[in-house]
Amino acid sequence: MASLVGSRVERKEDKRFLTGKGRYTSDINIANQTYAVFIRSPHARAKIKKIDTSKALKASGVVDILTGEHIAKDKIGGLIAGWAIRSEDGSEMKCPPNPPLAKDNANFVGDPVAVVFAETLDEAKTAAELVKVDYKVLKAVSNLADTMNSEAIHEGIDKNLCYDWLLGDRQKVKEAFDKADKIIKLDIINNRLIPNAMEPRACVVDYNTASEEITCYTTSQNPHLSRLIMSAFGGVAPENKLRVVAPDVGGGFGSKINLYNEEIVCSWASKKIERPIKWVAERTESFLTDTHGRDHITHAELAVTNDGKFLGFKNETIANLGAYARVFGTVTPTYLFGPCATGVYVMPAAYSNVKAVYTNTAPVDAYRGAGRPEATYTIERIVDKAATELGMDPIEIRMKNFPTEFPFKQTLVHQVDSGDYAAGLNKAKEMADYDGFAARKKASESKGKLRGIGVTTYFEACGIAPSPVVMMLGCGVGLWESAEVRFNPTGQVTVYTGSHSHGQSHQTTFAQITADELGVPIENIDIVHGDTDKGTFGMGTYGSRSLTVGGIAIVNACKKIITKGKKIAAKMLEASEEDVEFKNGEFVVAKSNKKKTIGEVAFASYLPGVRDEVKSPLPEGEEPGLVESSFFDPANFSFPAGSHICEVEIDPETGDVKLDKYTAVDDFGTIVNPLIVEGQVHGGLAQGIGQALHENAQYDESGQLITASYMDYTMPRADNFPEFNIGFTCTKATTNPLGVKGCGEAGTIAATPTVMNAVINALGGEEISLPATAEKVWKACKSAKKTDAKAA
Amino acid sequence: MKKIDVEINGKRISKEIPDHTLLSDFLRNILNLTGTHIGCDTSQCGACVVHVNGRSIKSCTAFATDLNGSKITTIEGLAKNGKMHPMQEAFKKMHGLQCGFCTPGMVMSAIDLLKNKKNPSDKEIRDWLEGNICRCTGYQNIVAAVKEAASKM
Repeated sequence: MASLVGSRVERKEDKRFLTGKGRYTSDINIANQTYAVFIRSPHARAKIKKIDTSKALKASGVVDILTGEHIAKDKIGGLIAGWAIRSEDGSEMKCPPNPPLAKDNANFVGDPVAVVFAETLDEAKTAAELVKVDYKVLKAVSNLADTMNSEAIHEGIDKNLCYDWLLGDRQKVKEAFDKADKIIKLDIINNRLIPNAMEPRACVVDYNTASEEITCYTTSQNPHLSRLIMSAFGGVAPENKLRVVAPDVGGGFGSKINLYNEEIVCSWASKKIERPIKWVAERTESFLTDTHGRDHITHAELAVTNDGKFLGFKNETIANLGAYARVFGTVTPTYLFGPCATGVYVMPAAYSNVKAVYTNTAPVDAYRGAGRPEATYTIERIVDKAATELGMDPIEIRMKNFPTEFPFKQTLVHQVDSGDYAAGLNKAKEMADYDGFAARKKASESKGKLRGIGVTTYFEACGIAPSPVVMMLGCGVGLWESAEVRFNPTGQVTVYTGSHSHGQSHQTTFAQITADELGVPIENIDIVHGDTDKGTFGMGTYGSRSLTVGGIAIVNACKKIITKGKKIAAKMLEASEEDVEFKNGEFVVAKSNKKKTIGEVAFASYLPGVRDEVKSPLPEGEEPGLVESSFFDPANFSFPAGSHICEVEIDPETGDVKLDKYTAVDDFGTIVNPLIVEGQVHGGLAQGIGQALHENAQYDESGQLITASYMDYTMPRADNFPEFNIGFTCTKATTNPLGVKGCGEAGTIAATPTVMNAVINALGGEEISLPATAEKVWKACKSAKKTDAKAA
Repeated sequence: MKKIDVEINGKRISKEIPDHTLLSDFLRNILNLTGTHIGCDTSQCGACVVHVNGRSIKSCTAFATDLNGSKITTIEGLAKNGKMHPMQEAFKKMHGLQCGFCTPGMVMSAIDLLKNKKNPSDKEIRDWLEGNICRCTGYQNIVAAVKEAASKM
């Protein structure tokens, strides 16, 4: 049987999606359901003086209205930060409580303060209009740069500071800077983004009055963790009485990692009102309340020699957490950001200092790449600036500072197991026809246009997160993954994984690796995920971890199946276990034609004694059945890397930036399915390019989100992109048996600096902030023209 | 309340519905045709595109009762005798979908494009699909799927 790993297998999940038979949360209806509408603070910062529900309660169809008072009375806990980060001075981070319904204070526009349940959605909406909330409006803290000098939002959190974190050695950096020929300085803003999964968040909750079990269908990237938090921290119900199901989920990109207010409130309320509840976010609600991404202000410095060797690097960042610290909120700007800020380079000394602060805006958490795009943007922009200031070619300066040997001990934390950065950059250079750029630039100029080229080489730490490493860093949780591989008696295989697919194609890729391990046709393998009643436990999908952690758990469980199967086959074949070999789905006795298929062995394992050739196929002490599970906790992160090159053409009369060519060469280690991996790269690129040229979440002074619809927030569309030119190199990961590294976030990590380097190159080195909109570019072109005129 | 008589995916449907019912809500909530998706509230995302009398429209922009007498096709009505439409096949072959949420609208829009233009260029495909937002694919394999379908239809 030919190996399926490496093949362009078409997706098993596609038919249902293409025929309209996907089952997303908002497609689910339960008999007798009520409809929930949340009443949200229209103010960024306000004291809640009084909530009057009397009129609304009498409105047609209203079943109940609940507020923060009710939820506090029932002692239902709120949302939590998942990672404890310590400040440089050793003090613990400061996190405010985040109740599911705000009781005393509303801290961002969209913070829920009450909820209406009614017989129809229209009735719920009408009643919500009748709920009177008396607010005392306070001055909002909305400007990130001023946050630490502003009034404290949360009681007991001075300067609105969650932590002031340091990674690295300030003294060593000072010494390195003292020796430098030149210090390159860069101030950047990594702008705020809104993940915008196309499926808005939703939940449908059903309380079974007989079994006293709550079932919550929800749009989650990790239903197991949602159940754990709702149970252990929320006190909604014990885990055995709470089932969380994430059916088909329409994209996540980090925004559906978190458990949200609405899921806690509806789960708690369903039991209280003894009715099923359906809540579906409208798009503007998603804009206001989904976790946002990025939002950093960074000052970076790079110490270099005149011939372009890097000596040291400083990264001083203020990171916006929004109003509350959520699950990955505190780790994203620290351990997912700081260590990667020195990029792919040998950097003798470095530090990252991050001050994470609270503002009256939506919580900021992981968004595709989470910390690593911000890190890569910082280093790749400053490296380009160094090349410009030193008069070097951007490829030459990069090549000069790459590590040449692996494993490579990266400056701040990571021990990178494998890679070949020069090979990737050389390949990208060739595919992008880098040497032909000068001629293309000339051609553009002859049409009155500007042309620029941008380069990025990135690495990332993903496969989040190995316990041995994160615990060493002071974080309390390691993120292993679980798998159970179940043979049915008649030979089909069901695989239960704790990870979750919301576009990643696990139903196909996980079946490919299972098929290879067990020699069972892929049609006979089903992948089950997303239901806490099906599968033991899991940590979910984010940080490019599904294959590198969850996939390996499947491989390991399959290996256990083979070990047990061998024993049974040996007994069935009356051979010694050592003589039995497993190959292509068959247990074969060496130097003979005696064999049993794995299906026959599975059948025998469940029905010992049915076969007549031997009385029982089970060796002594062996239990019936062919089911194995595995929990995989990797020894290290995995480290995908790559080089991207793009070209832009700018019309100085309009400021319009046309992305003309984009080349991506990535090293993901072993590729299980190139068709799917290419798709992941395309999608990642679109989001990274989106940040560079289109997307920007904007709050005004009073804390109103003024980009809260698709009329105001620029989503990249089909006509914004050229055809991407995709290539791969391969150095296998040495830390897992498949050699895989993960591919979900790479495009997003690399694309933003690549495009911005090209835009700035086209503008002759003129700094421009994210995103490079036509207006900003036009202004930059105009100011450049003025300077030219003066010089002349 | 108003009475509405329409043909949906080849079946005659006759219902009494509130005047303000959007076509998208009529399909999803009253007929349980949940393949048509709602991704926004400003008629921007295109996840709800269906065909009315052979032309693609955003079903969230039309009142169902205004379409009395129309022939409507949704994503559920494309496959014939268990065989997917060439556009559906092409999306599968070229990996033109990931999470699947925008897919129904994308497929319905793309079919309408090919009705208007037999062999569209990349640019024509990208311009036509400007009203359908996809967050997963970066559009590249969607464009490839439309071209693949064009070569088969």
